[in-house]
Amino acid sequence: MAPLLELKGITKRFPGVLANDHIDLTLEKGEIHALLGENGAGKTTLMNILYGLYSPDEGEIFVNGQKVAIQGPTDAIKAGIGMVHQHFMLIPVFTVTENIMLGEEDVKVGGFLDRKKAAQKIMRISDQYKLNINPNAYIRDLPVGAQQRVEIVKILFREAEILIMDEPSAVLTPQEVDELFKIMRILVDQGKSIIFITHKLREVMDCADRITVIRGGKVVGSTTPKEADTKKLAAMMVGREVELKVKKTKAKPGNAILQVEDLKVLNNQEQFAVDGVSFEVREGEVLGIAGVQGNGQTELVRALTGLLTPAEGKIKILGKDTTKEKPRFITELGSAHIPEDRQKDGLILAFPVSENLVLNSYQHEPFSKGIRLQFDEIDRNGKQLVDKFDIRTPGINTPVSNLSGGNQQKVIVAREFSRPIKLLIASQPTRGLDVGSIEYIHKRVMEKRDAGCAILLVSTELDEIIQLSDRIAVMYRGKILDILNIEDASKEILGLLMAGIKPSEEMKHKVTKEEQLITT
Amino acid sequence: MAEPKKTPMDAKTTTHKHQSKSRKTTMGILFLLIAAVIWFVFVRPLDAGALTTYTMVPGGSTVSMADWVFPTAKVLSALAIICAVAGAYQLIRGFQNLTNAILGLVAVLFIFSFLSWASSGGTLNLAGLLRVTVIRAVPLTLGAMAGILCERSGTVNIAIEGMMLIAAFVSTVIASMTNLWIGMLSGILAGALVAFIHGTLTIKYKVDHTISGTVINIFATGITSFLSSKFIQKTEFQYLNEPGMFPQVDIPVLSKIPFIGPILFSHNLYVYAMFILVPLLTVALFSTRWGLRFRSVGEHPKAADTLGIQVNRTRYMGVILGGMMAGFAGTYFTLGSSGRFDELMTAGRGFISLAAMIFGNYYPFGAMGAGLLFGFFDSLAAKASILKVPVPSDFLGMLPYIATIVVLAGVVGKSNAPAAEGKAYEKESL
Amino acid sequence: MEKQKQVQKKQSATAIFFEELSKSSGLVTFLAILTGILISGLLVAFTTVEVYQAFSVSFWGGIKEIVKTAWSTYSTLFMGAFGNPKDIVAAFQGGDALTIRRAINPFFESLVQATPYIFAGLSVALGFRVGLFNIGAEGQIFIGALTATYAGYAITGLPAFIHIPLAMLAGALGGAIWGFVPGFLKAKTGAHEVIITIMMNYIAFKFTDFMINGPMQDPNEYTPKTPWIQESAQLTHLFADPIRFHIGFFIALGVAYLVYWLLFKTTWGFELRTVGSNPNGARYAGINTTKSTVIAMSLAGSLAGMAGANEVLGLNFRLVPSFSSGYGFDSIALALLGKNHPLGVVLSALLFGFLRNGSRQMQLKAGVPIDIVSILQALILAFIAAPAIIRTIYRLKKPDIEEEGVRVSGWGGK
Repeated sequence: MAPLLELKGITKRFPGVLANDHIDLTLEKGEIHALLGENGAGKTTLMNILYGLYSPDEGEIFVNGQKVAIQGPTDAIKAGIGMVHQHFMLIPVFTVTENIMLGEEDVKVGGFLDRKKAAQKIMRISDQYKLNINPNAYIRDLPVGAQQRVEIVKILFREAEILIMDEPSAVLTPQEVDELFKIMRILVDQGKSIIFITHKLREVMDCADRITVIRGGKVVGSTTPKEADTKKLAAMMVGREVELKVKKTKAKPGNAILQVEDLKVLNNQEQFAVDGVSFEVREGEVLGIAGVQGNGQTELVRALTGLLTPAEGKIKILGKDTTKEKPRFITELGSAHIPEDRQKDGLILAFPVSENLVLNSYQHEPFSKGIRLQFDEIDRNGKQLVDKFDIRTPGINTPVSNLSGGNQQKVIVAREFSRPIKLLIASQPTRGLDVGSIEYIHKRVMEKRDAGCAILLVSTELDEIIQLSDRIAVMYRGKILDILNIEDASKEILGLLMAGIKPSEEMKHKVTKEEQLITT
Repeated sequence: MAEPKKTPMDAKTTTHKHQSKSRKTTMGILFLLIAAVIWFVFVRPLDAGALTTYTMVPGGSTVSMADWVFPTAKVLSALAIICAVAGAYQLIRGFQNLTNAILGLVAVLFIFSFLSWASSGGTLNLAGLLRVTVIRAVPLTLGAMAGILCERSGTVNIAIEGMMLIAAFVSTVIASMTNLWIGMLSGILAGALVAFIHGTLTIKYKVDHTISGTVINIFATGITSFLSSKFIQKTEFQYLNEPGMFPQVDIPVLSKIPFIGPILFSHNLYVYAMFILVPLLTVALFSTRWGLRFRSVGEHPKAADTLGIQVNRTRYMGVILGGMMAGFAGTYFTLGSSGRFDELMTAGRGFISLAAMIFGNYYPFGAMGAGLLFGFFDSLAAKASILKVPVPSDFLGMLPYIATIVVLAGVVGKSNAPAAEGKAYEKESL
Repeated sequence: MEKQKQVQKKQSATAIFFEELSKSSGLVTFLAILTGILISGLLVAFTTVEVYQAFSVSFWGGIKEIVKTAWSTYSTLFMGAFGNPKDIVAAFQGGDALTIRRAINPFFESLVQATPYIFAGLSVALGFRVGLFNIGAEGQIFIGALTATYAGYAITGLPAFIHIPLAMLAGALGGAIWGFVPGFLKAKTGAHEVIITIMMNYIAFKFTDFMINGPMQDPNEYTPKTPWIQESAQLTHLFADPIRFHIGFFIALGVAYLVYWLLFKTTWGFELRTVGSNPNGARYAGINTTKSTVIAMSLAGSLAGMAGANEVLGLNFRLVPSFSSGYGFDSIALALLGKNHPLGVVLSALLFGFLRNGSRQMQLKAGVPIDIVSILQALILAFIAAPAIIRTIYRLKKPDIEEEGVRVSGWGGK
């Protein structure tokens, strides 16, 4: 019997990039097939082709042995294919029902929406697969975990047989990931089939029936969890032996560099995104801030770096009160900031590499005299840093927009690390990077720590936090629930904290109003 | 599932709403300031016995109603006290969520005080002022709805001005040659055509929406002035600039209601069209399948695309419908208001429409409310000569424009612009 | 994703030359202007009664008439802008100074027309560089003219080398105030500069009207006009009549260089350009974006204000109602045509000066309304903004890296 889905020789070129190079892939009915590969390997491109968002340059797709032409999502939906995208495809100002029914609306005579009928259908699906969805909630009010379940219902609402899940675990706590895997099992048990895209080895071992590894746009191998081991998979994925652990010496913490007392920060909806946070970071240590995305980390970092003015509380850097100071003052004190979104905040994409390398020091000698910029010095500095930090660029006058993500991040690291700094605030420093760049940046950060720099590391990647941190603070809903020493931290405890549960107490659970809404 | 309770709770909603303190104080001080102005500027110089007389029947109307006469100083003192009390309460306790409503009320009281003061000792035709307000609101509301149609589906349209101008020209010429209805229809089609160009530039060629709108505005002023001075301003072509006007139609019964009847129900078709189109568009946008899909491409085109909705086709539809609406608004200037075409006759109304759209928070009813507000200032500027105010007419003429600036500066940032407006949709991007 | 370097195939030198040429933005700009001129020529032809009369006789006669109309239109425009070559040659052969001046006057008159374009174009270009769309140049020109006029007639007894700069500065200050308001509102409240500057235009028109009719009206005149400005404030004319060419042109070139230096060679310019390119990145880098926005709009306003001052101090010597111009609106297309670079602005200002001067002759002699220039501008602007249209028409190759077009922020200050 023909497999449920078969991809043959899929090839996709983008200007200057061969994203998919003759990829073959099969999916059998009732299996979870993991597509493993590091960032930029071409997994998402492949799935976007399967879902009709991109059109392939070459290759064929078969469903149940029949060749299908998928020219758009409509064709994909018709062929029984659904996709949960890495960045959710939900409209925040619409309700759950409106988001799910969009494109497949139940209507009354005259084209009027029948929201009630759609909501009933959603409840039926939600019950059948135990997904706990409140059809009347607005997406903007839902946590990411619930949004993900809405995405799943959206696919089931369209009666898809094949589910593509693109990096679904990225936004979840470890426990939520377990829940998700359970849901995936329920789906498979009831006859659905799943393609599961990830770059996390352990997840593959936990839940896949079959594994295909992609590297540089090519399939490099296929295996099952039983036959494979993580080390071999990692080597296949990256193309060489990988050190899974960063070498870490014992921290020798010194004086407190950053002190935060009872900090409260408002977000742009005038709610307390950071709600009474206190901690300190000392010389020569890494304090990691763990937590699910959207729990106030962004606002915390923006407040510390002067991009947002706190509503209440106090921030001290090197003994100076910086609560109400502007970014420049804080930078000049000797503080460096690797921003969470490098393209939005950290770089001026249209500017050349050399100018980005002086983005926060152009106003000083030797880069300027009076108000005159000294381009000779700026260029000299550019060449020097490009060499020292191994930035791969055609030249120092190339706009940064032409560099790869890893090299863009290196530009930021080079700029920040080349100044005399005592404090580093690094937010998601390795998001979206390939393994080589991740290793590089981790190494540099640890060098800075060992040189006596105080480091605040904010990351939603729990592995990264555990690897680099000496102490770990967990943020949940704007509060720090606990700060643990690395020796006392385990994934399970951190996971519970990330979900807002203090494991030390009785596991009594207050049922919040909202959950009552969801369960009733 | 073993323990459904472990599903993550709401990570984002910290329900603690924080009313900004500075805004609370600012508003309180503003209320007190208005009270002070009413008291010191208006009440103090008045004779104790001065009377304000408001005529309650617009000129030319046959519906009779007695004049409204009151002693100016006494009434205005009372209004000043109300504003002062509101200010004090705001400073001490705060109106919380009602602040904006109270702000509106205080503003109305202030304007009323100003009018009463300015017409003290004489008469002011209040009904006439309000009637003209409704008329002047028409092009602004229709223009704002044109904006809503474009922007709700993701296209920024600052070319409403140009679309109006071209439609005004075309409708005049065609109506002069045929009849009013065909003239109006051709104006609407002209709006659609210009909108199609805007759509092509922004959707197909991904030109910045504001730049594309500017292109169309420059083109519109150029082409209408060119053709106007080449043809319809010349005596031998004069007959092309005599389209006539849609007549006033009194709605039976309703137009006979004293005060309200002549203000609302004694107009030509444009006012009634506004009354019909506003609820119609509201229902279409928020209660139908068409509206749901339409709004989805303005909010999150990629999400809409993944559900099989044709993003660019929907956007073209939005721009063209918006262009038709702008065209309809443009024909108002000629066929509904002046009965002839003059160069640059729209005088920035297309841009004020945009401000009305933003002020109305992208809702048709909000747009009409904003349209009425700007229309009121417009009507006040037009009626300036009636007031015996020591303000030069040029300054009163600035009123609509100043009001626009004040409103924009006060509102923006709080309005909910569609998330993806002004952004080209790239289907295949890395 | 890692960018892979594509291997270049070996090609002959000429082939490479033509390939590079067809990708270059200079060619696109040239073709955009050419196409705009062609289309407007057709428009003129098709709105000419004689063309239809000729068509009613025969098809080829009609075509001939189209070509004839377009040709006569553009040759009138050309001679209006540069002078009639025959007359110039004849005048130089004759040797009479007045005749020579008359013959070469059109060229210098074009430079006179180009001068306010340089100022206003720099104003809009500077705004775009900082991510602000200044549609308010027209209003700023009015206010600049108003304040310059006042400084020109109210201050007496100064030598010219002080009075002229003072009056120019007064114009710059007036424009700066008019630019400051939208800049401040944008920075503090997020109110969009496009709508605010347009509203400021209308307010400027009304305000100027009021001033000329009231406080600044010449008491000896019955019609609304301001007094004549002092001779010491008048920009020196470099030739005798009828040539009106004055030192304002060189002031404009100097200011253009100054703007170039400021934008590209100084830390201030670096900050402004950073804000324009990525406001979030600028904030991260410690640049005060609020201040930059306000300064940029004020500077843009002062440049436009100098355009107004230039008109009064160099040409009119007094302010009369509706003295302008349309310079402010034209300069949007002009700035974009010049890629928002001061040098580009100067070049396109020259082009626009020639067009404007030529089109006035066109209106007088060929009866073509001057508004054809607006249409031409709109067409050029459309083609510049959407180079893909030009590339499709002429089957040009796409450039390797698409140039980033101008982007204006959306409503709500996002």
